[in-house]
Amino acid sequence: MTAKVLTVTSGKGGVGKTTTTANIAVALASLSYKVVCIDADIGLRNLDVVLGLENRIVYDVVDAVEGRCRLRQAMIRDKRLPELYLIPAAQTRDKNAISPSDMVRLCDELRPEVDWILIDSPAGIERGFRNALAPADLVLVVTNPEVSAVRDADRIIGLVEAEEKGPARLILNRVNMNLVKRGDMLTADDVLELLAVELIGIVPEDEAVIVSTNRGQPVALDGKSKAGLEFQNIARRLNGERVPFLNLEEKDGFFARLGKMFRTGGA
Amino acid sequence: MITKTTSQDEKPDSKTGHEKNSGVTIKGIREGLLVTLGEGEWEGLQAQLLNQIEEKGTFFRGARMAIDVGNRILHAAQMGALRDRLSDREITLWAVISNSPVTEQTARVLGLATRLSTPKPERVIRQAETQLPGEDAILIHRTLRSGFRVSTHGHVVVIGDVNPGAEIIADGNVVVWGRLRGTVHAGAQGNEGCVVCALEMNPTQLRIANLFYVPPLKKKNKGAEMARVSKNEIIIELWNTK
Repeated sequence: MTAKVLTVTSGKGGVGKTTTTANIAVALASLSYKVVCIDADIGLRNLDVVLGLENRIVYDVVDAVEGRCRLRQAMIRDKRLPELYLIPAAQTRDKNAISPSDMVRLCDELRPEVDWILIDSPAGIERGFRNALAPADLVLVVTNPEVSAVRDADRIIGLVEAEEKGPARLILNRVNMNLVKRGDMLTADDVLELLAVELIGIVPEDEAVIVSTNRGQPVALDGKSKAGLEFQNIARRLNGERVPFLNLEEKDGFFARLGKMFRTGGA
Repeated sequence: MITKTTSQDEKPDSKTGHEKNSGVTIKGIREGLLVTLGEGEWEGLQAQLLNQIEEKGTFFRGARMAIDVGNRILHAAQMGALRDRLSDREITLWAVISNSPVTEQTARVLGLATRLSTPKPERVIRQAETQLPGEDAILIHRTLRSGFRVSTHGHVVVIGDVNPGAEIIADGNVVVWGRLRGTVHAGAQGNEGCVVCALEMNPTQLRIANLFYVPPLKKKNKGAEMARVSKNEIIIELWNTK
């Protein structure tokens, strides 16, 4: 096995990098790939919480880099999926505790043993971002349909190109179809017109994400919510499958469902 | 833009013992900066190189550096440490050139190039190499994304978009074959005869000489337009070939 290293980044904070990383990892692991997630957000670790593995951390990525433990010992196995592992970030250190070449070395050590290595990048464009970018084969840029998030995504895509890790691929997260319909939110076309990169996922705004994040149960574990379904689709697209984007325009109100029933009944 | 500093020119009393008869040469090449190491111990030379960079302050910031280490055998840890220390000074180490196969192998493991010839896109776009008769201009055949800045004494032609957050500062004219949504300053040395042309003129801000223009929000795209100075203010006109 030779793993592909996928770095999830965004520039701006709070757009859903960690949630995206956790869900794509879960979705890839459900497709029976062997997946390792690395939390590169040292000092502000979150990925362990979102994956629900916080209480099992003994060693972290800095311990592994500094040789206080073997890499194996820092890998926490997820109990729900047999082939999903997490290497958590250290909470008591900062981004300078590791360097880009440490990350390259770490990933090279993992590469022969797994199928996918997912790196959750911290926000910003400084050391932490460079740590996360250094070993990447593929880069996913997460953005929201907001002007400020798109501006930061543009900057990040430029930096990824400059590091010759491009072309980055884009996930548009937290799209609220009601707002788009009212013309109050940027559409996917608006965003793509500016960023001009390949779109690999449009994830709708979904309350299920907040609930599941708080519980440490990523939505992609079951495909019941729309967001969960889209994350599963993204995982399939990453493996070269052609999966159409979800139709987000359906309303889930009572009358809409009633109307749909009649339409399907009539046809 | 060629800079050449040779530490051998410095007075010997400014150096410590083991740096004697050694040299670090930094020069500007098409691919960025090329550092050539002379005789001497690695640690000393590395310190000397970092010193030279420090002395120049922010001058090298954002540069791409290749280093020629001659016959030296470098270990991954040494090379990695150098890369990190350069990286802390916002310099990207992209190539290590050596006659030693061991060093070349190490460089490859770290994902660095071992030859200069591979074409690398430059982050900081500099003056064009070829000197055509007439005025200087640079051609940028790509989209300028947020955070990129082009600054030149000549004219600028962009084939691609100029996104919000990107900046072009030119002493001459600026032509954008694409969407202009970033900031452009034409005639930066005060030439009011300069113009800015774009297929879609929707800049964040436009400056010509000392004048300043902020386009109205939600401007419709009417087609190719040209901005110029008329009666001491910037006007934007639809481009027509008549």
